[in-house]
Amino acid sequence: MTGESALFWALAPLSVAVAIAMLFMKKAVHSAILLAWVMITLAIFYIALEAPFLGIVQIVVYTGAVMMLFLFILMLVGVDSSDSLVEKIKGLRSVAIFTVLGFVAALTSLIARTDNGQAPVGLGEANGGGNVQGIAELIFGDYVWAFEVISALLITAALGAMVLGHSEKSGVAKSSQRARSIARFRGKSIATAAGLPGSGVYARNNAVDLPALLPDGKPSDLSIAEVLHRRGDVQETKSYALEGLPKIDEEGNK
Amino acid sequence: MSNSSLLLDDPGWVIALKGLLIFVLCVLLTLLSVWGERRIVARMQMRLGPNRVGPFGIVQALADGVKLALKEDIIPKAADRAVFILAPIISATTCFMAFAVIPLTGKVNFFGEETVMQLTDLPVGVLYVLATASIGVYGIVLAGWSSGSTYPLLGGLRSSAQVISYEIAMGLSFVGVFIYAGSMSTGDIIASQSTWWNVVVLFPSFAIYVISMVGETNRAPFDLAEAEGELVGGFHTEYSSLKFALFFLAEYVNIIAVSALATTLFLGGPSAPPGLGFTSDWLGGWFSFVWFFLKVFGFFFFFVWLRGTLPRLRYDQFMKFGWKVLIPVNVAWILVVATLRLMTQQGASQFMIAAFTGGVVLAVLIAMSVYDLTKIKAEERSRYVGEMPEPSFPVPALPSIKKADE
Repeated sequence: MTGESALFWALAPLSVAVAIAMLFMKKAVHSAILLAWVMITLAIFYIALEAPFLGIVQIVVYTGAVMMLFLFILMLVGVDSSDSLVEKIKGLRSVAIFTVLGFVAALTSLIARTDNGQAPVGLGEANGGGNVQGIAELIFGDYVWAFEVISALLITAALGAMVLGHSEKSGVAKSSQRARSIARFRGKSIATAAGLPGSGVYARNNAVDLPALLPDGKPSDLSIAEVLHRRGDVQETKSYALEGLPKIDEEGNK
Repeated sequence: MSNSSLLLDDPGWVIALKGLLIFVLCVLLTLLSVWGERRIVARMQMRLGPNRVGPFGIVQALADGVKLALKEDIIPKAADRAVFILAPIISATTCFMAFAVIPLTGKVNFFGEETVMQLTDLPVGVLYVLATASIGVYGIVLAGWSSGSTYPLLGGLRSSAQVISYEIAMGLSFVGVFIYAGSMSTGDIIASQSTWWNVVVLFPSFAIYVISMVGETNRAPFDLAEAEGELVGGFHTEYSSLKFALFFLAEYVNIIAVSALATTLFLGGPSAPPGLGFTSDWLGGWFSFVWFFLKVFGFFFFFVWLRGTLPRLRYDQFMKFGWKVLIPVNVAWILVVATLRLMTQQGASQFMIAAFTGGVVLAVLIAMSVYDLTKIKAEERSRYVGEMPEPSFPVPALPSIKKADE
């Protein structure tokens, strides 16, 4: 038994078992993980069959990008929700069974026609100039037209998805962060510059030109910077005094 | 003699021993880099950093690791048990795999066997690193999902979107190197840099790779998947004990892996810096190991420097930067590199090549000045948006006044 066939008989039953288990998982994310595993085993088979480029690209593109996008959507469903197993559209089951039977028939006829047990032919020739170079020659040489048509199709599909998914924003352009910042400082008082106090804070304003209140409700002149006094930017502090608080003397007694 | 033919006749015990050495090296480097990062960040913030355990506190990371392993291992009730356990295992196993294709030394004598300190030289080696990285992300995403809690889920979602976007930019930055080296194997890429390192020849590719490798490893300023200020701990909020340690290990091994890849692709791998070529024969070739790790440590220092300097990006800005700046710039650069490569291969005259380069530079300059002009206009238009309304919002009654009346 060669190393390659040993690998095949170890991994192939496992990957088939995992693929079947994937169908019976209750949670979509579990199915996605098992599908990712099937994809990775496929990649290992490709590499064992001397197609390293195909194998690695299978992992990067399918496991890394396509499955990851699947997971991205599935994760929005949440951890404790299971898929509903109720048939929502009537008659789907018979269509599914019919399609599966057709697919099995097509696969069987394909596998039956393969020449089992024969040594591979032309592998050394195909990989002669290097595996990557060989594929590049095929894609960008012999099949460049088909390749370009498919890529145009994919780009059209992507653009179509973007157009359909696009939502119109209101006509007014959003002002930039810079413009809003300038506007704040051009307001009537510095109060607009400083913004509002945080929620739950017992304060009506949040600005450097407003005085702090002492325990007896008197505004403290000391709490405002001298610069603002000189510039005349200070509001009338008396209007912020709180009335009706118990009077406190110098020692702090009521 | 190329690396792949040198590696071809390695007996089994050499391969096994190399694999073990790489694993041990990665774990040791993790311990060292955790300590190094804390010391360097501390210096940048005018602190001392860990300096108690061992000389210069060098064993601090080991002590922390032991403590972490002895902690209680908690699995939340709402978690999906199987996936919750699987996720850190995926993260920690895949991060080591990238090192298999990275040559750590030049040609050396390994216990009587002429070889290179590299496990294998695949013809698609660099893509293989990309593939292991893309599987490693499953660990983070599944950890976020399986924790059964909101913040980890958000962290996992962010991570998956982030890695898909930055993997594209990263993969595109390889293309310039592939075109220039004519190969995807790490050994051939290093051999192609014998006259000029790729960092000089392909500087835009290098810059884009360095930016996207920070995004790919979830490090500051791109550590949005575990943003402490927004998501508590992000994807690993619910993890504790050894499972958390595995994520920790994976993060640091990943940093070293992407740094090693950057060294291989752009800084000539284990080859000596220009002018010091005579050192490549020192210690029977083993001295190249020192050069390799000096370069890797340079990148590691850069990672720490970024963390100590830059604030975290906002998520939408980060995604916009990836899709609208890095990828288009990269594609345009690949076109330029491919054209230049084709011109030299088909024997175009020096004049034609110079004319093409001049034309590209001119086109870039024109595009930049046009962009600048339109930007100034847009700024002028949005300069004055009118006065902000006087802020007002309801404030609850002050409780102290009520008490005064009683």
